[in-house]
Amino acid sequence: MAHAYTPGLKVTARSIVRKERRLPLKGKVIVKQQDSVSAEDIVATTSLPGDVEPLNLAGKLGIPPSDIKEYLLKKEGDSFEKGEMLAQTKGLFGLFKTLVKTPIKGTLENISYITGQLILRAPPKKVEIDAYIDGLIVEIIPDEGVVVETVATFVQGIFGIGGEAKGIIQKLVNNADDIIEKDMIKAEHQGKILIGGSFIDSVSLKHAAQCGVKGIVVGGIDDEDLRNFLGYDIGVAITGSEKIGVTLMITEGFGKMKMAQRTFDLLIAQQGKKASINGATQIRAGVLRPEIVIPLPGEKAEKSRTKSQGLEIGCPIRVIREPNFGAIGEVKELPPELQKIETEAKVRVLAVKLENGETVMLPRANVEMIEE
Amino acid sequence: MLNKEINTILATDCGSTTTKAILIEKRNGEYRLIVRGEAPTTVEAPFEDVTRGVLNAIREVEELAGRKLLDGEKIIKPRRDEKTGTDIYISTSSAGGGLQMMVAGVVKTMTAESAARAALGAGAIVMETIASNDGRLTHEKIELIRKLRPDMILLSGGVDGGTVKHVVELAEVVGAADPRPRFGTGYSLPVIYAGNKDAVEAIKENLLKKTDLSVVDNLRPVLERENLEPARHEIHDLFMEHVMAHAPGYKKLMGWTDVSIMPTPGAVGLLIKAIADKEKICVIGVDIGGATTDIFSVFQNIFNRTVSANLGMSYSVSNVLAEAGVENIMRWVPFDVDKKGLRNKIKNKMIRPTTIPQTLKGLQLEQAIAREALRLAFLQHKSMAVGLKGVQQERTISDAFSQVATGESLVNMMVLDLLVGSGGALSHAPRRNQAALMLIDGFQPEGVTRLAVDSIFMMPQLGVLSTVHDKAATEVFDKDCLVRLGTCIAPVGKGKEKNVCVKVTMDEKTVEVKYRDMVLIPLGVGEKKEAIINPSKQFDVGAGRGKQLTIKVEGGVVGVIIDARGRPLEFLEDSEKRIESLMKWNKSLEMYP
Repeated sequence: MAHAYTPGLKVTARSIVRKERRLPLKGKVIVKQQDSVSAEDIVATTSLPGDVEPLNLAGKLGIPPSDIKEYLLKKEGDSFEKGEMLAQTKGLFGLFKTLVKTPIKGTLENISYITGQLILRAPPKKVEIDAYIDGLIVEIIPDEGVVVETVATFVQGIFGIGGEAKGIIQKLVNNADDIIEKDMIKAEHQGKILIGGSFIDSVSLKHAAQCGVKGIVVGGIDDEDLRNFLGYDIGVAITGSEKIGVTLMITEGFGKMKMAQRTFDLLIAQQGKKASINGATQIRAGVLRPEIVIPLPGEKAEKSRTKSQGLEIGCPIRVIREPNFGAIGEVKELPPELQKIETEAKVRVLAVKLENGETVMLPRANVEMIEE
Repeated sequence: MLNKEINTILATDCGSTTTKAILIEKRNGEYRLIVRGEAPTTVEAPFEDVTRGVLNAIREVEELAGRKLLDGEKIIKPRRDEKTGTDIYISTSSAGGGLQMMVAGVVKTMTAESAARAALGAGAIVMETIASNDGRLTHEKIELIRKLRPDMILLSGGVDGGTVKHVVELAEVVGAADPRPRFGTGYSLPVIYAGNKDAVEAIKENLLKKTDLSVVDNLRPVLERENLEPARHEIHDLFMEHVMAHAPGYKKLMGWTDVSIMPTPGAVGLLIKAIADKEKICVIGVDIGGATTDIFSVFQNIFNRTVSANLGMSYSVSNVLAEAGVENIMRWVPFDVDKKGLRNKIKNKMIRPTTIPQTLKGLQLEQAIAREALRLAFLQHKSMAVGLKGVQQERTISDAFSQVATGESLVNMMVLDLLVGSGGALSHAPRRNQAALMLIDGFQPEGVTRLAVDSIFMMPQLGVLSTVHDKAATEVFDKDCLVRLGTCIAPVGKGKEKNVCVKVTMDEKTVEVKYRDMVLIPLGVGEKKEAIINPSKQFDVGAGRGKQLTIKVEGGVVGVIIDARGRPLEFLEDSEKRIESLMKWNKSLEMYP
């Protein structure tokens, strides 16, 4: 693969970040172009039809479906509060009546005399979407949403769980290879996004969720801990909808992995600043990687140092497979000919000078560019 | 096509991880493979344009062949001279990571489950199952549909003639979500309705304007019976037409090719079928990819194909772990590995799917996973590849009790003649012996079976080439593509350790193989020899228990493998002894350096 492109993850100090915010269905956009918004501000809202609740009335009353009409106390279109009388049988001599009460507040939408089912619909629900990041509204998508823009420190992770959250950046460890221990997470970290080093286990994660921590950014996690925390195995990497109380972003990979120094330095430099984090990951077709956005109002964006033009000599890279997994280095040489590696496979390689000064030959497929 | 004029053929296959380009030329009157180039597939951000990877792969071909094929970003066609251009350009594709579907049904354990079965059988990953009674609030369902961006939705519900309302409710949810497809925005999301026929009009009212709706027969016409085939066929058709065509850059790519881009599995299937027809034999072909594993079989002249969309070596590798379990993967690993470490390694491959094993142990681990992916995909295939009776695939209540359904499978390993492997894990195994044993372990052939691999994974390109230039496809396939590995002799049965399982006599030399041993007898490519196979009384090699079989065996780059481990394959509980036997087999077959 002479023209190997190994797209890397973005780790930028000051870049322009744009986020599209869309309603799940058409509604009303309530901000204007050039409005300055904070992450929590509602930018668009809509009403969704209420939840539908089927109710097997014939079954509850123990009568044929065609007979339910006789015992129904409400008709199609009627509204009701929760717990109102919906139907009742006559019973025996006025005794042993069977009563059915409305299980929800709403309206009676449909009666089926074939199945004996009632369809109840709860009142319409208001759905709002917020800006997600502090910034400026730069585009209005009519009836659907907006685009918010800001200059920010922007770091993409390799894998995450949990959805969008906002919080204040809080450094939790001193070094990029430190482990997050349970005792480090305290009540005062409620509402914070914690920056860790190389590792977090499920006990600490659960504790963080209990303490009301909003987000955690850390180098690595054991898959076993992830499973313990979630209660199930992740088969295909489609995440983000987990309801786990805390959003987690892994920057390097699975296992104990020192966070790339540059990533660590960038994040802790923003201690005390407000940030937005999202763990949603969808690896297939590269739709989504987890991210943290730390808006830097008033600052100017820097020009990107690396263009996504592929590996070149001098490019900063990260090793993404054993041995040397997680090591950061710089491309020294790109020999064009195939070389035999330990497995006896003949592959294209590159020489990398690692941070520790050592130069190693690696398959080109096993490095990732770091986009700065 | 104008066969006479075609001297140079450029073909690519855009896989989910790698785009492969091959250059075929007519030299001395015959078509031969000249070079092959590859580059990472660029459907992903930041490129989001499959043609970048195609151009990169072609550039590599240019460099290796010393031939100019590109003028900037244009393929030079037709050929200008010996050193410039190509006569035709063709391509196949499976990029974008297979088919991701969402299914919906009224009752979670009934129609929704049937819908999931239909989608899985069609080769989809079921991202989410939505049901009227799944406990989600309506707006949550709507949100979910929008967020997941499936490639396609299968909507079902209600038996024919039954209640209409609930399935219409579901259609309303889908309609309210106004779902967008994963790739691109310029087209509507395909939705297949396979529910109560009485609801069709109401469904159309809800979805026709918002989605690309197609209606097929109810997949659960009555409660006691499933009718999954119409939905499955529609899923396959729509996948080809819509999903692939809208992956980033495909429009451009379609403009470059001389014939329609063929889906990779379709193209490989064509070739497998052609081999079976030509030689009048039973064949199994497998293509183990990054995201999916496809299995093709021809038994009793009936061609079957299944796509296990969630079993693969990169994107889906974690699913192999989830489905097979750690223990089943570890049983193939010839060294001690802690479960925690293994889980992390597999997840790291999932999140960085394009990496390759650099260490020997890393390779052995990947090959262990490949065996499980093959085994699981084959299980799925066996249950799907059923004869005419099975076309109905109808499960009645009595079938459910008698459990005869799997017995109807067409797949019969004893009559299998040829097992062909394809896909990175098999085609690119550093030693062909590794590919042979992965095939044997994954499929457990019985009796006498020939083994082959696609040399450099070009069956897809040759499959599509066969539709435009059969001669070129056949010549290259015979001479450059198919690598004959040799023959596997595997007695079926169970014996006692250290007792003789089988005696094989070739050239008046007799080899005795003990139960649970493996032996490799060299026999070169193109060589054929008569083998007199005498199994012990508990074992059968095709002529019956204990009965002698005389048969011509074919050689190959590996040779004749006598696999006396018995069938079905059994593993030793004790991990030390298990590793010991794995190492013994690996040594017998000269598997690793």
